[in-house]
This record gives sequence, C-alpha cells and structure tokens, in this order.
Amino acid sequence: MELAKQNTQIVTPDSYMQELTTLNLGPTHPATHGIFQNILQMDGEKIVSGVPTIGYIHRAFEKIAERRNFYQITPLTDRMNYCSSPINNMGWWMTVEKLLGVTVPKRAEYIRVIVMELARIADHLICNSILGVDTGAFTGFLYVFQEREKIYEIYEEICGARLTTNMGRVGGMERDLSPVAIEKIRDFLKNFPKVMTEFETMFNRNRIFIDRVENVGPITAERALNYGFTGPNLRAAGVDYDVRVMNPYSSYQDFDFEIPVGTKGDTYDRFMVRNEEIWQSLRIIQQAMDNLPEGPFHADAPEFYLPPKQEVYRNMEALIYHFKIVMGEIDAPVGEVYHAVEGGNGELGFYLVSDGGRTPYRLHFRRPCFIYYQAYPEMVVGTQLSDAIVILSSMNVIAGELDA
Amino acid sequence: MAELTNELLVQALQEKFGDQLFDIHEPYGLVTVTTTRENIIPMLQTLYDDASLQFQFLTTMCGIHYPDNKGQELGVIYLLHSLVNNVRLRIKIFFSEDDAVVPTATNLYATANWMERETFDFYGIRFEGHPNLIRILNVEEMEAFPMRKEFPLEDQTREDKINTFFGR
Repeated sequence: MELAKQNTQIVTPDSYMQELTTLNLGPTHPATHGIFQNILQMDGEKIVSGVPTIGYIHRAFEKIAERRNFYQITPLTDRMNYCSSPINNMGWWMTVEKLLGVTVPKRAEYIRVIVMELARIADHLICNSILGVDTGAFTGFLYVFQEREKIYEIYEEICGARLTTNMGRVGGMERDLSPVAIEKIRDFLKNFPKVMTEFETMFNRNRIFIDRVENVGPITAERALNYGFTGPNLRAAGVDYDVRVMNPYSSYQDFDFEIPVGTKGDTYDRFMVRNEEIWQSLRIIQQAMDNLPEGPFHADAPEFYLPPKQEVYRNMEALIYHFKIVMGEIDAPVGEVYHAVEGGNGELGFYLVSDGGRTPYRLHFRRPCFIYYQAYPEMVVGTQLSDAIVILSSMNVIAGELDA
Repeated sequence: MAELTNELLVQALQEKFGDQLFDIHEPYGLVTVTTTRENIIPMLQTLYDDASLQFQFLTTMCGIHYPDNKGQELGVIYLLHSLVNNVRLRIKIFFSEDDAVVPTATNLYATANWMERETFDFYGIRFEGHPNLIRILNVEEMEAFPMRKEFPLEDQTREDKINTFFGR
C-alpha cells in the first residue's frame, strides 16, 4: 500500500525540499584556463548565483614598480596578459615616452604596430581556439597553435624571447627587424590566411558549435558600458569603441582597417568579433610591411636609450650614458600621464605618477580583464554549468592580467 | 552642438561646479581637477546626466598616498571617459588618513564595485554604501594596507641583513 502511495504521489515544486548545491568551479579547474575560483550555487544544472574569488596569482606589480627604474618595469608588464605581452610592453614604453617627451621615429612605430598586431592575432587565436576546446572541438586548437608557434618564432627573431618578451626600449626598438624576421613575417602573412579560413570553415556555420554558443551569456550595450567592458567583448555588444581609432597611438591613423561589431553581445558574437579582428590585424600588418619606412629604429634620446655595447667600450659618452641609465642616475620629469592601448582584451591603460625620481611614484594598471570579469556572475545566473564554462572562455579572462 | 574639447570642458566644469573645483590643469592633454569628497558623487552624477558632457564610462579608479601632505594624505583618482565626445577627465579627491571614508560610486557605475574593493584592499579607503567591501586581491586575514608608503619595499642597498640568513 505504501508503495502505491509513493507511486501516485504528485510532486509539485513546493512539495519537496529545495536544496541548492554549492559547486566550487576552480581554483584549478582545467576549463578556467587560469587560477581563479567561482563558488556557484546550483539548482540542479542551473546556476542560481556565482561568487568569484580572485587574487590567486597576485604579485603586487604596482608595488614592485614603485622601486624599479622604468626599463625594469617592462618584465612586469609581460606577465600581465601573457598571451599578448608585446602589446603590454609597447603600451608601457609609450607611456614612458609620453612622460619624457620622446618622439619615436616612424620606422619604430611601424615595427611596433606589426608586433602588436601579431600579438593580437596570437591572443585572439588562443581565446577562440580554446572556446572550441570547451565546446568539444579540439582539432581547431591544434591547427591554429601551429600558427601561434610561428608568431612566437617571429618574436624570438625580433627580441630573443617567446612568451615574456620584454620587447622594445624607450624611444623605439632594441634592434631593427632582421632579414630573417621580415621573411618570417612575410611567410606568416602568406600562409596564415589559409589556416584561418580553415578554422572559420570549421566553426562559423557549425551547427553543434552554434547551438552551444548562440544566445549564451548575452550582455546589452548599456550593461556592458556600465560594467566598463572594453575591447572585443564590448564590440560584440555593439559599441564600436576601439582605442586604436579613438585615440590613435603609434601611427595607427596611417592604416586602413575596420572595427567589427556584434549585435547581441553573446558568446557567438564575441567569437565572431575576434575572428574578424584577426583578419583586420592581418590587413594592418600587410600595410605596415608594404609601407615600412626607412630610417632609424629608435629615437635619438641618449639619456634614456641604452647605447650599443660596442660603443660602450670605445666611446666615452656612450660609457657615461650606459652607466647613468643602468645605475638609475637619470631623473624623469615631474608629472602624471595616462596612456591607453588596445590590448588583446580591451583598453589597457597605464597611469603613471612621477615625482621626478628614477622610479614611478605611483603606477596603476588599468587591466581590462579585472574590470570586466566582475560582470561574470550576472552573465552566468540562469544558465547551465556547461554554458558558464563557455562564457568564461569567450570573455578571455587571463589570470595574470586579472590579478596583476 | 560644438564638439567638446578640453577648453570647452574646463569652461563647462567651471560653470557647473565653480568653487567646488580647485587646481584645474591639463597634464599631457588630460583635464585634471581636484574636488572634495562631499562633492564627488553629485559631480559624477551631473557629469553622467548632462547631455552635452555624457561622462558615462568610468575607465579606472585608483588610490594614492602622499604621507607628507598632512591632513590630505590619501586620495582617490577617478578617470572618466565621455565616449560620445571622446574626451577624458581625471578627478581627484584628497582626505585625511584618520578619516578615510568616501561615498561609493557603485550606484552610478557597476564597474566601480571591484575598483573600490581594490582601492580599499591596497589603501584602506572605506567606501560608504558599497554592497560588499571586502579585500579582493589580498588574503582576507591581512591587516595592513600594503600600497601605503609606510610599507617600503626592501631597499636593494641595505646592509643590516646577514647574507647567511638570506642566501645572498
């Protein structure tokens, strides 16, 4: 009889005890691509609320920078968004140049543009291909990582390092583009479009992929602006804000390129905006390579630019400047300067307050990840766990930049 | 409508806020003003709502510490951006270390939430009315506010350390 009663019992939403499950997504979850935690309250598969905990790889860069010379701060910027460290490096040098009033020659600016756009391609490739992995398509990831490897080879040819590049100097680059580097960039420009087309063919109209990403984690333009979104995530929501166009730096006004925007701000839009930006970056690199001006690759600023080593041994002025720069004898002007570049994830800003000493008095990084990641709880509420992973992946949250 | 430039912005600011502003200057092409913390939220609100200014984007916000400015040791710096006009504006407020309380801007900008938590975390500036003012990057058990100048980083030239202990 009891059994019969059980079988006929009608279960209404109120008749059983409602209990939420607490799920720790992270700190070291393979799908978070970095160390940060989300404490999710789950009602079955549905997310009721999410609380992000960050700071697991906080390294106090802003504090460390207060005791370092300007040229010693670039390695710190490398380690913020490590998927596109050259952009961070160049952004930092441009901030210093703005403070010191150094004019960068055209050739150096073009080389910087080439390097920054290569970095943007690498950054977007990682984001988009890993979004593919998180939705179950591993192939695209493997294909494009080979191309990313080629970008790293170009970095290696330009500065000697691959991931944490520490590229550039005050007033330009540390060395000119070598013939090998030029050849590698040309090869990349020739071969990459084929791979990119393949990658797009695999995803853009793929039914399985679209089902997983369309209308997942949408954000309206108003909310995105209120949350301080910048970069591809904001453009996916339909706002055409790009620092490269709004406040051109490093000769970006010379190039002809378009800013892709989305409409809904969902995961699919973010994916498509990044893909299109890769094509636009290629266009910029092509133009910069075709019109690469002749001339010096660094500014004539002996007080800040390290002289070549062979000069240091032969030439007294060079020796003096070498010592002055390395020992931090050269004081910077008093002032405060904010400079923003379009990083892989959005507006990467450097706010530098100088009190005239050899180190910054205060250095604040505007890290796009840190600012837009706070919208994540709002974006995941009501979705399923698998969607939460996809949203996180499409926002391209880089732990190094998040925590600085 | 004339395009908003820095000169027009300074003019508009002077008209609207007048005696609440001091120290208006333009370092490296970015209008910088100082105000008091009583005025900061009404000022942000006005800048947000005004149809010709439209400073609706809070780019970033950070704290700063000047231990030698007695009575005004701590400061908060807001960097606003009017995306419509493409003009930036920096607003600073300064106040005493003993009374480090600032009204929150979270009602205007959702993005101010974590920025204020970060400022609190590093400078110990409390934001009145903030929904969840706890440490964000440092551990919660931490007692100090590490970006203040009374915590200098180790001086590389100090000689009172015994190398045997520190492996150098």
